[in-house]
Amino acid sequence: MTLAQLIFLAAAAVTLVAAIMVVTAPRLIHAGLWLILSLAGIAVLFILLDNGFLAVVQVAIYIDAIAILIIIAVMLTRAVMSDADRQINRMGLAAAFASLILLAGLLAMVLQVPAASPAPLVEAEVNLDALGRALVDVDGFILPFEVASVLLVAALVGAILVAMAPARGD
Amino acid sequence: MAALPIALNVIIGPRKPNKTKSETYECGIETVGEAWVQLKGQYYIFALIFLIFDIEAVFMFPWAVAYDRLQFYMVLEGVLFILILAGGLVYAWRKGALEWV
Amino acid sequence: MSDPFVIVGQFIKELLIGLGLEAALTAVLLRIVGAAVLGGLVGAAAILTIWAERKLLARIQDRIGPNRVGPYGLLQSFADVLKLITKEFLIPRGADRYVFIMAPLVVVAGVIGMWAVMPLAPGLVGTEINVGVLYVIAIGAIGTLGIMMAGLSSNNKYALLGAFRTVAQMLSYTVPMLLTLLIPVMLAGSMGMLTIVEAQSSAWFILLAPLAAIIFFISSLAELGRTPFDLQEAESEIVAGFHIEYSGMGFGMFMMAEFVHAFTISALFSVIFLGGWQGPGVEAFPLLGLFYFILKTALIYFVVIWLRGTFPRLRIDQMNAFNWKFITPLALVVFMVTAILDKLAVQADFNRTAVHLGSNAIIVLGTLFILRAHAASQRRRKEVADRPQIQHSEAAGD
Repeated sequence: MTLAQLIFLAAAAVTLVAAIMVVTAPRLIHAGLWLILSLAGIAVLFILLDNGFLAVVQVAIYIDAIAILIIIAVMLTRAVMSDADRQINRMGLAAAFASLILLAGLLAMVLQVPAASPAPLVEAEVNLDALGRALVDVDGFILPFEVASVLLVAALVGAILVAMAPARGD
Repeated sequence: MAALPIALNVIIGPRKPNKTKSETYECGIETVGEAWVQLKGQYYIFALIFLIFDIEAVFMFPWAVAYDRLQFYMVLEGVLFILILAGGLVYAWRKGALEWV
Repeated sequence: MSDPFVIVGQFIKELLIGLGLEAALTAVLLRIVGAAVLGGLVGAAAILTIWAERKLLARIQDRIGPNRVGPYGLLQSFADVLKLITKEFLIPRGADRYVFIMAPLVVVAGVIGMWAVMPLAPGLVGTEINVGVLYVIAIGAIGTLGIMMAGLSSNNKYALLGAFRTVAQMLSYTVPMLLTLLIPVMLAGSMGMLTIVEAQSSAWFILLAPLAAIIFFISSLAELGRTPFDLQEAESEIVAGFHIEYSGMGFGMFMMAEFVHAFTISALFSVIFLGGWQGPGVEAFPLLGLFYFILKTALIYFVVIWLRGTFPRLRIDQMNAFNWKFITPLALVVFMVTAILDKLAVQADFNRTAVHLGSNAIIVLGTLFILRAHAASQRRRKEVADRPQIQHSEAAGD
């Protein structure tokens, strides 16, 4: 039981427990906060994979932007100070069955990969320089890079259209 | 490493001896009605625009790290990325999505 | 005397290994101790900075400030902390207990966590990661999350509104911060704080990117919630904002977090734009770097306090308009111009500093020109709108 394994188990446990609490918490705001804890657990997992950049990106985008966005959306849509209904409805059993099938499929895929030695994936830190160059290299990811910006603007335009439309409607 | 200050604070922080258990203390101002408010949709728009620019900045950071070793057309590609997003900001501006909170 | 901290660290490590712990565990323990010491030092620095701020603000306002407790009022902060500790930590009825208690801890953790990557002197840094700049932004925004938790759990609609407005303001002003932080990363070729400091050995980045530094400073001020952007906690106007329901040490935590955050932003500015520990003679005496770092941070903090005592507040709609319609487009323009010109200057072998200073001056002139044209057009529009009323009153006057 090396230290890395201990940290991995702890982080994975936190992530899973928080994820379960997200879907079972009676109050939506609590669900949002559990989501933040789950995302933080994933950030720790990224660090364990020797990828500090993605861990920081995870915190910066998911926790700092998306989680806050979700909480604001929750606040916008209902009176959340009162307790909500039961979180598990009649279809709970069918949903559990579907997730078990999904789990079986994932396990089948994962078990096909030969067991690797527990060595770190890359020996050095993430080469940000290479990543930056690959993003704009003509033989690299330049097209997805620019399309990503167009996609972001499309999301912005769409959200503004949806949010501002009622204001103009009356 | 940053989780340690939390532990530090648990030690430093709540070292307050609770004197009387004043349970039904109506703290703050007298509340009129329930304690929830209907937020304006403007908060969502601001958070959304922040999200868009946050993702854009995260894309630009590796580009900026590799900046010294990039050729000029690669710099222009990065600038194009930002220009597209600036266009999005201009759209939001013209649509009045940036008006006050 | 080259590096006393390393020597102390080695000594403790030998001690622990001698006691029978394995090497990896001692390394982790040492890091934990180091982090705790850093957090403690930052908290202690807060005491001093609070005193300095109150004294300085008082002098700006033509009064003396704390001078009763201890010589020159130096022990005033200690007295305040003692008072806060002995006050009851009230949890309002109907409040969300655990979230309420955790919120100040999250805010303070977010602020102190920023110091983990701050390069204090050559070789003296909490932990050197190659994504230091983005880490600082990410951890800073965790403080924002804590504020939201505080507002949500307080069972108080004013706290809720105040918290969301604060969060909206902080999120808005993070955008120009991110954009202007890209420029030092470009110039240094790395996101690591240590590398950024080392890259300023020839020229501080404030010379290479003065406009970016100013924009970063302004947006940091706004993100801190400092005057002139401190509508959220306007001590003389609204009640208190998101920390209405907090008393005792919870309130103390929020206040401490705010002052430490201001100090941290000053330190960040001095690291990124003023060269951190760079200065004459640092190669010979690394500890001199610590002195330079503290000096520069204190200078920037002085400017922050100075601004607080001088400027009136902006209204919230003015704040938002200022950000989205002025600062963010300006940051975008500065970034694009700097990116293009720097590459061209390096390829054509011009003097980078001259090119950047010149381009920034041109941008400033262009901005002033646009602002003047905008103000003139607004004035004209106002005159046109006022004119029919004048005729109307003339007709009704006699």
